[in-house]
Amino acid sequence: MMDWLQRLGSTSLSVFERLGRGNLFLLRVLAALPSLVPRPGLVIAQLYSVGVLSMMLIVISGLNVGMVLGLQGYNTLVDFGSEESLGQLVALSLVRELGPVVAALLFAGRAGSALTAEIGLMKATEQLSGMEMMAVDPLKRVVAPRFIAGIISMPLLAAMFSAVGVLGGFFVGVGLLGVDSGAFWSQMQSKVDLYDDILNGVIKSVVFGFVAAWIAVFEGYDAVPNTEGVSRATTRTVVHTAFAVLGLDFILTALMFGNE
Amino acid sequence: MMQKRTMEIGVGVFVAAGIAALVMLAMKVSNLAAFTNQQGYEITARFENIGGLKERSAVTVAGVRIGRVKSIVFDDKDYEAVVTMNIESQHDRLPADTSASILTAGLLGEQYVALEPGGDEAFLKPGGDIKLTQSAIILEKMVGQFLFDKAAGGGGKKEEGAAP
Repeated sequence: MMDWLQRLGSTSLSVFERLGRGNLFLLRVLAALPSLVPRPGLVIAQLYSVGVLSMMLIVISGLNVGMVLGLQGYNTLVDFGSEESLGQLVALSLVRELGPVVAALLFAGRAGSALTAEIGLMKATEQLSGMEMMAVDPLKRVVAPRFIAGIISMPLLAAMFSAVGVLGGFFVGVGLLGVDSGAFWSQMQSKVDLYDDILNGVIKSVVFGFVAAWIAVFEGYDAVPNTEGVSRATTRTVVHTAFAVLGLDFILTALMFGNE
Repeated sequence: MMQKRTMEIGVGVFVAAGIAALVMLAMKVSNLAAFTNQQGYEITARFENIGGLKERSAVTVAGVRIGRVKSIVFDDKDYEAVVTMNIESQHDRLPADTSASILTAGLLGEQYVALEPGGDEAFLKPGGDIKLTQSAIILEKMVGQFLFDKAAGGGGKKEEGAAP
């Protein structure tokens, strides 16, 4: 009985310890951000590996999600004779929910895991300690550029996801199923609001980008410096980001659209 | 080792594509869109009630779309809605006594303007006005009318029906 209580206590303590370490780490990374201003090259290099290399995945997934939404939405709406609302359905679901959330989940799988593995391996091969020996702060040189690149890429990727998804829905709805193209766009434009929907979607994706990048760099930096530790940290990045994004999405949705 | 230039071009493409996607969402998907001017000519029609007609709704003849509603304004002299329609330029042979009515696609569908060509020899000119119009049918009014008729004429019927 006492053993069980002790295990429970130590597990909870280690969870809180990690949370605390994560927050202190975030503060140190935020404090290291100003040092990037004179060296934008570091951020651009990370934007390439975080953003540009994820772009193809995001665009293809967005197109597919949009096309499936178009098909499914049409099949349901046609029963009510209101297939003209297809544009509105596709655009609202993409801009409000699917764009930010699915892009964040894909981002965690594609870019977040890579960030964690990279930083974790740097730690395991003692490159980070080597930098410290040379009086180079690894937080400024390695972590901060990756963190900010994640925050910048995420809204752009989510916007691409939504835009390509709307085009995919347009392609299926108007091109294949014969919804009137004017009704598709006009219903969409009359119901999608720039501030209520698009801006809130962008805010969501910025928050998700922040969380995803934070978890990815923290897990890498906090990884047990051996092969198994890095592999576990990479898995944790994907799992924790997914939980955090889905949980935050509910809270943000309740705050943004709850009182309509 | 990745060439620095290639990498920077890649990032440039990425950022430009992201911003283009945002602009597309703002301009094309949301209500910000400036109305794009199509090739064609405009005609106007006055309606007592336009129901749920919107800008960019379809304008049809014999069920085929030949143009779109460009703007809807309220005329506070006659208390009527003035609907300006943009008709594609190849359809320039609408008779001058064409009539316009606002119909609904399906039971819950979007409303559109249906034009009914008349028999006049002269054609509608760009900027012309359609004289014969029929307003949108408002479902609530129709249901109200139906119930009213039922109540007014139903008194005698009810007893008849109840007798056997």
